[in-house]
Amino acid sequence: MRYVKAIADAITEEMARDERVILLGEDVGAPGGTFGATKGLLQQFGGERVRDTPISETAIVGAAIGAAANGLRPIVEIMFMDFIGTCWDQVVNQMAKMHYMFGGQVRLPVVLRTHTGAGLNAGPQHSGSLEAWAVHVPGLKVVMPSTPADVKGLLKSAIRDDNPVIVVENKTLYATKGEVPAGEHLVPIGRAEVRREGKDVTVVALSRMVHEALKAADLLSKDGISAEVLDPRTLSPLDRDALLGSVAKTGRLVIAHEAWGPCGFGAEIAAIAAEGAFRSLKAPVRRVTPPFTPVPFSPPMEKRWLPDAGKIAAAVREVCA
Amino acid sequence: MREPTREQGLAIYRMMQLIRRFEERVAECFAGGEIPGFIHLSVGQEAPPAAVCALLGPDDLVGATHRGHGQCLAKGAPPDRMMAELFGRATGTCRGKGGSMHLCDMAHGVLGTNGVVGASLPIAVGTALASRVRGSGQVTAAFFGDGAANTGAAHEALNLASVWELPVVFVCENNLYAEFTPQSVHTKAGSIAQRAGAYGMRGVRVDGNDVPAVFAAAAEAVELARGGRGPTLIEAMTYRFRGHHEGDPMAYRQKAELEEWRAKDPLPRFRGWLGERGWLTDAERARLEAEVQAEVNAATEFARQSPWPAPEAALEGVYA
Ligand SMILES: Cc1ncc(C[n+]2csc(CCOP(=O)(O)OP(=O)(O)O)c2C)c(N)n1
Repeated sequence: MRYVKAIADAITEEMARDERVILLGEDVGAPGGTFGATKGLLQQFGGERVRDTPISETAIVGAAIGAAANGLRPIVEIMFMDFIGTCWDQVVNQMAKMHYMFGGQVRLPVVLRTHTGAGLNAGPQHSGSLEAWAVHVPGLKVVMPSTPADVKGLLKSAIRDDNPVIVVENKTLYATKGEVPAGEHLVPIGRAEVRREGKDVTVVALSRMVHEALKAADLLSKDGISAEVLDPRTLSPLDRDALLGSVAKTGRLVIAHEAWGPCGFGAEIAAIAAEGAFRSLKAPVRRVTPPFTPVPFSPPMEKRWLPDAGKIAAAVREVCA
Repeated sequence: MREPTREQGLAIYRMMQLIRRFEERVAECFAGGEIPGFIHLSVGQEAPPAAVCALLGPDDLVGATHRGHGQCLAKGAPPDRMMAELFGRATGTCRGKGGSMHLCDMAHGVLGTNGVVGASLPIAVGTALASRVRGSGQVTAAFFGDGAANTGAAHEALNLASVWELPVVFVCENNLYAEFTPQSVHTKAGSIAQRAGAYGMRGVRVDGNDVPAVFAAAAEAVELARGGRGPTLIEAMTYRFRGHHEGDPMAYRQKAELEEWRAKDPLPRFRGWLGERGWLTDAERARLEAEVQAEVNAATEFARQSPWPAPEAALEGVYA
C-alpha cells in the first residue's frame, strides 16, 4: 500500500469509529488534498466534518484548538511545514501550553499533519524539515513515520491521543509502497523500531533517511560492518530506552536526518547517548545532516545538499575505522 | 479616466504577448522535463501586471506571488535570466538557488516571487516605508491572490500601510480560485476590494481582463501613492486558463466556465481596443509578435546553453 493511501485509510477508519473526529485544511475536502491524502473523505463524511478552509493558517490551528477544547477531535493540515511559522503562536503558545497552564482543565486532542522534505526541487520555501522546532516545545507530541504501516498506525494513535500531536510526513514518501497489516493497526506513540539488527554501529535515522540508512547498511555489510538501523518514529516523547539499549550493544552511534545540524534532533540524540551510554561508546558520535544552508532549488545543488546512503556509509566507516 | 497613450498601449500589448509566450514556453519545457520543481502559470492573467507595471519606473518595486512570472517580466526582469533561473542554471537571476517560486531580480525592482502565500504584502509595506523615510519617491506594487487575501499577513499589512499612508498599490489578482478551492468556499464577501473601507483605504474593483480599466485604476493609485496620499487596494477580476500548477488536471472546474473566460481573453480584447484607435496595424502586430517570439526563443536557448551550477555552490551565500 502507498504511504498516501495509508494516511487516507487511517483518517477514514478513525472518522468512522469516532464522530468527534473532524478534518480541516486548505484543499483537504473537495480536492482531496494536494497530494491526495484526504481523497474521498468529504464524500464519505460530509461537509460538516470535512472542511476546506481559507488560506488562514492561524485561524485553522486556532479553530482546531477551540474545537478540541469544546469536545471534538480535529485533524488539521498545514500544507507544507515551511508555512508553520505563519501560525506558530497558536501552535506554541496556545495548543502546547493550554492543558498545563490551565491546570488540566482542557484537553486538546488535536492532530496537526504536515510534511517536510527536499528532493522535488521545490525550492527554499517548500523543502525544509522543521521537526526540531516542535520537539523543543513541551506539550506537543511529535511523530515522524517512515513507512506506510507506521504512518497509518501512528496517525491512528495520534487521533486517539488526548494531546496535541504533530505528524510530520515526508513529501517524497507519499508515493512509496510498503506492507500495512490488515485490520485494526495501531503503532504506539513513543516506541522506536529496530529496522535492521546489527552489532557494530547504531544508525539512528529519521523519516526518509531510514531508507537511506538501510541502503547504507547494505553497502556496509559488504565491508564487513554490521549496522543496526534504529527508527525512533516518535521524536517526542522519545524512546530513550531503545536508543540507549542499542548504543550499549553496538558501542557506536551515527545519526542521519534531513533537518539542519545545529540544534537539530541529532544533537539531542547525541546528548542523550553521551549522558546515558558514555561508557559504551568506542568512538565519537557522528551526525549526517545537510549543510547549514537553505535548500537550493537547482537539481545539482539540491542533490549535493541532501544526505544519502553514501554519506551515511562514509560516516559509519569513519566511526568504525 | 486616464487612458494609455499609443506608446504605452503598444508597450503593454507587447508585454502581454511576452508574458503569454514566455509562459507557454515554460509549460512546454516543464512538460519536456527541462524545468524542475513546481510551476504556476498566469496564462490569462496578463493584463494586471502589464498595465500596473507600465505605470511604474525602474526604481519602483514589485512584490510578486508564486504565480509571478508575469509580474517579474512586466517590471523589467530579463526573460533570458528568468528562464535560466527556472531551468536551475547558474546564469539565473538567483543562480539556481530560487527557481520559479523564489525568483528575485533586485536590479529591476523585483522583490521576489514568493512561495508563502500572503507574505509579499508585509514586505511591500516595508519597502514603501523605506521610500517614505528616505524620500526616494518610489512606489511599491504588491500583487496577491484572492486566496492570499484571507491570510493574517494580508490583513495586517493592509491596515499598517493605511495607518502610515504608505506608497503601496495592493493589486489582488482575483482569479476565483485558491489552488483547487473556489472563492465561494473560502470567502463569504463577494468582493475583496470592499475590505479597503474597513482599513480606511481606497478600494476599487475592476475587470482584470480589460487593460484600460486596470490601467485607469492603477494610474490613479500610483499617482496618489507617489503624492504621499497613501495606499489603494485594487481588485482585478481575472482567470487563469491553466491549472493551479502544471500537471493539475483541473477536476474542480467546469468546462463551460473555462470557455466563458476564454472568450474574455485579455490579449485579443486589448488588441481590439488598440485596433479601434488605429494604433495596431496588421504590419505592426506581426512585427511585434515576431520580436516577442524571437526574444522567448533566445531566452530558452540562453537557458539551455547555460551551465548547471556547481553542486558546491549550494554551500555559498548563506551570509552576506
Ligand atoms: C502560507 C501558505 N499557505 C498555503 C500555501 C499553499 N498554496 C500555494 S498557492 C495557494 C493558493 C493561492 O491562492 P491565491 O492567493 O488566490 O493565488 P492564485 O494561486 O490563485 O494565483 C496555496 C494555498 C502557501 N504557499 N503558503
